[in-house]
Amino acid sequence: MKTPAPTRVYWIIWASLLGLLGLTFGAARLNLGQFNSVVALTISVAKTVLILLFFMHLRESKRITWVYVAAGLFWLGLLVALTLSDYWTRNLAAVSK
Amino acid sequence: MPEPARALAEQFDDLSQQREACELGMWTFLATEVLFFGGLFLAYIVYRGEYPQEFAEASRRTELVLGTLNTAILLTSSLTMALAVQAARAFQTRQLVVRLTLTVLLGSIFLAVKGFEYHKEISEHLLPGAHYSLAGSKRGEIFFYLYFAMTGLHALHVLAGICLLSGMAVLALRRRFTSVYYHPVEISGLYWHFVDIVWVFLYPLIYLIGLR
Repeated sequence: MKTPAPTRVYWIIWASLLGLLGLTFGAARLNLGQFNSVVALTISVAKTVLILLFFMHLRESKRITWVYVAAGLFWLGLLVALTLSDYWTRNLAAVSK
Repeated sequence: MPEPARALAEQFDDLSQQREACELGMWTFLATEVLFFGGLFLAYIVYRGEYPQEFAEASRRTELVLGTLNTAILLTSSLTMALAVQAARAFQTRQLVVRLTLTVLLGSIFLAVKGFEYHKEISEHLLPGAHYSLAGSKRGEIFFYLYFAMTGLHALHVLAGICLLSGMAVLALRRRFTSVYYHPVEISGLYWHFVDIVWVFLYPLIYLIGLR
């Protein structure tokens, strides 16, 4: 448990979020091939981490709260990983014919 | 002003235990919300994997400037929300009401802009169904189906958040929160930030995939 952040920190996080928004907007205009999606999602994850840690006070939360957050992400991971393991290992077009 | 005894529900020993239970309850709800939206994001991943060109082409028909503006508006509303929680913790009721009102206002502007986008898209026949027309791209219709489903569900969440935060502002005006009882404001804030995070992922997947 840490002490609550001072007001200044909230403004810095807000400015960082808007900076990351500008970055993702600019990066989308570059042709990076497959890496465009990787860059865009990495920036989204970075924004999410800032919001979780500071705006949602995860930084000052007890460990049990972190377990709840991890559980939510774990089940999302299961949903995506198991479904894609199916879709990406067979030919969708051939099946739907 | 309610005495602590009135704020404390009978199943809890004290207010700090009640606050912890409220917080974990909200995080549990948010975990179910992750899966609620997760199904739609999964559908997006599967179909964009199948039809990357058509998705990029359809994405170029969305309103890039308005979408970017709306992202900035929602991120700013998260700042005012975080500052509202800070005011609640410091028992500054006036500041709390002002900051909640600002958050509700920014959320309403977001919905107004989104509504204008929908109006434009529907009049350009981009709404999937009998009147849909995007030359040579039936597969692009899948993009717009997901677009309306995902942003529509998100907009409903913003609307719910606006109602919730308006309620909190009314409770604050009625002096229902005290220096030790303010967790309804805190967990409403958690919900609002979650809705912001969903948009943080929607923004690049909808508006940015056709730019390069």
